Amino acid sequence: MARIVGAITTSHIPAIGKAIARNLHEDPYWKPFFDGYPPVHRWLAQVQPDVAVVFYNDHGLNFFLDRMPTFAIGAAPEYRNADEGWGIPTVPPLPGDQPLSWHLIERLVGEEFDLTTCQEMLVDHALTIPMALLWPGSGAWPVRTVPICINTVQHPLPSAMRCYKLGQAVGRAIEAYPEDLRVVVIGTGGLSHQLDGERAGFINKAFDVEFMQRLAGDPLWAARYSIAELVELTGTQGIELLMWLAARGALGGEAATVHSNYHIPISNTAAGLMLMERRAA
Amino acid sequence: MLPPLRDIPGTTLFDGVQAMKGYALNKMCYSFNSAANREEFKRDEDAYCARYGLTAEQRDAVRRRNVLALLAAGGNVYYLAKLAGILGLDVQDLGAQQTGTTKEAFKARLVAAGG
Repeated sequence: MARIVGAITTSHIPAIGKAIARNLHEDPYWKPFFDGYPPVHRWLAQVQPDVAVVFYNDHGLNFFLDRMPTFAIGAAPEYRNADEGWGIPTVPPLPGDQPLSWHLIERLVGEEFDLTTCQEMLVDHALTIPMALLWPGSGAWPVRTVPICINTVQHPLPSAMRCYKLGQAVGRAIEAYPEDLRVVVIGTGGLSHQLDGERAGFINKAFDVEFMQRLAGDPLWAARYSIAELVELTGTQGIELLMWLAARGALGGEAATVHSNYHIPISNTAAGLMLMERRAA
Repeated sequence: MLPPLRDIPGTTLFDGVQAMKGYALNKMCYSFNSAANREEFKRDEDAYCARYGLTAEQRDAVRRRNVLALLAAGGNVYYLAKLAGILGLDVQDLGAQQTGTTKEAFKARLVAAGG
């Protein structure tokens, strides 16, 4: 049977893509950010996942306002990255896992999570940057990917509780998959930041720190907030913590934080990273 | 109708009202995922905006490169980012312009948030 080996949550700020391309890992601005990742690399080398199920949010590469799914799942043989309009380097295609995708679709729709299914799906920086951060340098991805996209472009957004429950359903579906697969669950985005309006530049360190402290042991603390409250607390783009809640939901049960990093600022954003495993806290 | 989302200062949530209002502007900005379209816009901005049927308010906001005006005209920040890319503006430029400060002061504010 498939087994979830852990959950990783990480920011996906576009500037990271440029910093990777320019090899700025030791640059004083970037070092406190990139130094967070080697413990996760060592963990990944140890657990050797076969598949990454990734919760992310599209920023206007694949989806436009003509048809905007609240939840969408990839069921493609591979996922291509493409020009997003502002010069971030693209990455090689990521191999998919169609049988697992369709298993997840069957199970999730069976549990009344009615996702949009995508046999073609461009994936943007919110998926590619975390993958490049977690598996640097290769371009030959050592895992297959199943992307799950959550709308954060157009309100109403799905509630935090709904995203957490979607994650729980994804976790149950993964563990019901008959193949012997090691699956890592990833949630990308955040933490607090706001790009638009007179409130641009908003960052809330106190909230982020508490969110990270509670996510493994008490995910319902954050899941109980309304979307409007979360926007107020974390910024219009800080709402991407929905992906973190979904990933935490997928991990299920009791969990503990194995590693974390938090740094302000990267670009306009408070950058966060967590690695969680299932176990008694 | 549901009650409106809470009023967060300096923030307009991109909801159905904004999505209807900004459709033409956002559709134009979405087209800038294509390098050929970005070149076309640079070559003849008026014709490009006309092709997408921008409202007078939207055309004026694009002409002025004014982010708050673009948002007020229904622009969504994720699509506007692609227009900003054409103009060579990064998110600190956008932040500085919207908050009425210099880029250096805006960046210093971000650093201070980590203190």
